[in-house]
Amino acid sequence: MFKKLAITAVLGSSLLVATAASAETKAGFVYVGPVGDHGWSYQHDQGRKAVEKALGVKTTYVENVSEGADAERVIRKLASSGNDIIFTTSFGYMNPTIKVAKRFPKVKFEHATGYKRAKNVSTYSARFYEGRAVIGTIAGKMTKSNIVGYIGSFPIPEVIRGIDAFTLAMRAVNPKAVVKVVWVNSWFDPGKEGDAAKALIDQGADIITQHTDSPAPLQVAEKRGVYAFGQASDMKAFAPKAQLTSIIDDWSHYYISRVKAVMDGSWKSTDTWGGFNAEMVKMAPISDAVPADVRKLALAKRDAIMDGSFHPFQGPIKNQKGELVVKAGEVLSDKVLSGLNWYVEGVEGTMPK
Amino acid sequence: MRPESLLPVFVKRPLPSRAMVYLSPLLALTLTLLAGSVLFLTMSVPPLQAMYAFFIEPLSSVYGLTELAVKATPLVLIGVALALGFRAGVWNIGAEGQLIIGGLCGGAVALYFYEQEGFYILPLILLAGIIGGMLWAAIVAFLRTRFNANEILTSLMLSYVASLLINLMVHGPLKDPEGFNFPESRLFSESAMLPILFEGTRLHLGAVFALLVVAAGWLMLSRSLSGFQIKAMGSASAAAEHAGFSSNRIIWMTLLLGGGVAGLAGTIEVAGPIGQLLPTISPGYGFTAIIVAYVGRLHPLGSLLAGLLLALTYLGGETAQINLGLPVAVTGVFQGLLLFFLLACDVFIHYQLQWRRSGSSGEAA
Repeated sequence: MFKKLAITAVLGSSLLVATAASAETKAGFVYVGPVGDHGWSYQHDQGRKAVEKALGVKTTYVENVSEGADAERVIRKLASSGNDIIFTTSFGYMNPTIKVAKRFPKVKFEHATGYKRAKNVSTYSARFYEGRAVIGTIAGKMTKSNIVGYIGSFPIPEVIRGIDAFTLAMRAVNPKAVVKVVWVNSWFDPGKEGDAAKALIDQGADIITQHTDSPAPLQVAEKRGVYAFGQASDMKAFAPKAQLTSIIDDWSHYYISRVKAVMDGSWKSTDTWGGFNAEMVKMAPISDAVPADVRKLALAKRDAIMDGSFHPFQGPIKNQKGELVVKAGEVLSDKVLSGLNWYVEGVEGTMPK
Repeated sequence: MRPESLLPVFVKRPLPSRAMVYLSPLLALTLTLLAGSVLFLTMSVPPLQAMYAFFIEPLSSVYGLTELAVKATPLVLIGVALALGFRAGVWNIGAEGQLIIGGLCGGAVALYFYEQEGFYILPLILLAGIIGGMLWAAIVAFLRTRFNANEILTSLMLSYVASLLINLMVHGPLKDPEGFNFPESRLFSESAMLPILFEGTRLHLGAVFALLVVAAGWLMLSRSLSGFQIKAMGSASAAAEHAGFSSNRIIWMTLLLGGGVAGLAGTIEVAGPIGQLLPTISPGYGFTAIIVAYVGRLHPLGSLLAGLLLALTYLGGETAQINLGLPVAVTGVFQGLLLFFLLACDVFIHYQLQWRRSGSSGEAA
């Protein structure tokens, strides 16, 4: 009796799901980290919640999906369980996304930070380097030791762009300051990230910035009494004194517009690379520890990027050897930026190859 | 009456209980279902629905079954190989590193033959993977037999070296020249990929290799002299040495076997479901396989069942996330519960619980 009840309950609920799927739009999300990372995956999940709130559609997510053989299975599972649009939010999902998209031509796919597109696969990313130019300006003005620590994840173009944009902006206001980079070979590993922050502080860094997802480096900075910048979300709660500001990834506008496009049938495969103007990149409130003139300078930088009067990669730019690679008045093209693989002058150490 | 006399104590059985050999997994399953129900109730998810998502839905379609086989293949392969070593008391903890080096070597051969055709390409790739894994394990065997270095430490440390090495290679020489500097290799050509067994699924030839390795492991352990030596060395090493079995030979044999099979598993992953080299080619299969070997009671057939079970919990965990919106942490706790009860209940094979009377404990004292 009990068993029968259970079976009918299970069958009933799965039938309900099946009928609902045909009627309304559903969106699926795949995250590389846990939603509790308070960084990259957390912000994508904020975007997902914004979609639910704004459009009332049903969303599903799978977190902590590794970028190897598992990704294809998860994406395919989302595609076959009635999702109309699927956001795969890490670079390593590129080939699995393309593979699954071939099999499900009616489902729309959105892949973050990749470069392969198809009729039903769009790509999108944010110009985080615009934010790096703003925090680089603050760092140049705030450092006393003239050593700034930078925690890198992997030496891919996106991370190199961040390091270079940060360093260029920092040296524009303080030519004596240098950047030391420590690579942790992970996007999310609070233990390693914290250790990297400690090592950098021990080497004299009095400001820490990071291109990894956990708040651990800020917590170390808070404890050791140095300044730091948050990553991906406002991490002030983790380091109220240390955080000077944070570069916030805001995916909600993009996600809402793309799901809406699926609902009204106007969705097309595109490549989006938005910054401050697209509201994909935002700055968290600047801390009171930053003097008024520095705050003004930083915000002026942001405004100049927004109105186009300044580009974070405008010449003159010298490489590590001191050779002039971008002349005054020239700007690095998006094509070069998307494959950037060299350090500018002021970054110490060699890039891991 | 002393309070501790109320607590049951474990008493070693004179002989392992035949009944508990079969009953303990059932006991473990019952305890898991009970503890899991409490867990899911606290998350306000109906337990029956959660159990259905975990154990039934992943198996309810042909595609689901093929995915189970794909996920279980590396776990079963390495589980069998590790079980042989553990039986002999050779603690190869670094199968993850041997898997990575195998995948790297196999992948390098695949990239060498990029856009070429030929029946010989795939066998060469598999061979390179096996040899790569063997060489990586040979370092451990050499250090152990020559300097008596603890293989637990050396094999584990070499895993980290391996993962940095593959990182170095995909950031450098093996990077896709048209890949915008992203750390990924080219996609392998068709002739470098394992054939798919059923069109429309990801089930590949590697699953057949896993079954063959299970059969070979079972035959070796039960029918061959080497198998007998392995068992003798593990249960009574002094006696085994006295009988003239060379412990060095067994260390070399089990490590090379483990390394070769782990290398094969890595190659199967890159030439199967992944299809290219990535900075990370395994979500820790080499470490999970240690659990597989133990849940499978260090028996090759047991490793097959345990590998399938572990694969099922991963697939079930994803289904629970998608269908019920459970966070990944809860599915992880549930997997942990299952493994804990499985291993804990095996204690009852060799031990039994006794509630000692206060009188008898008094006499003993």
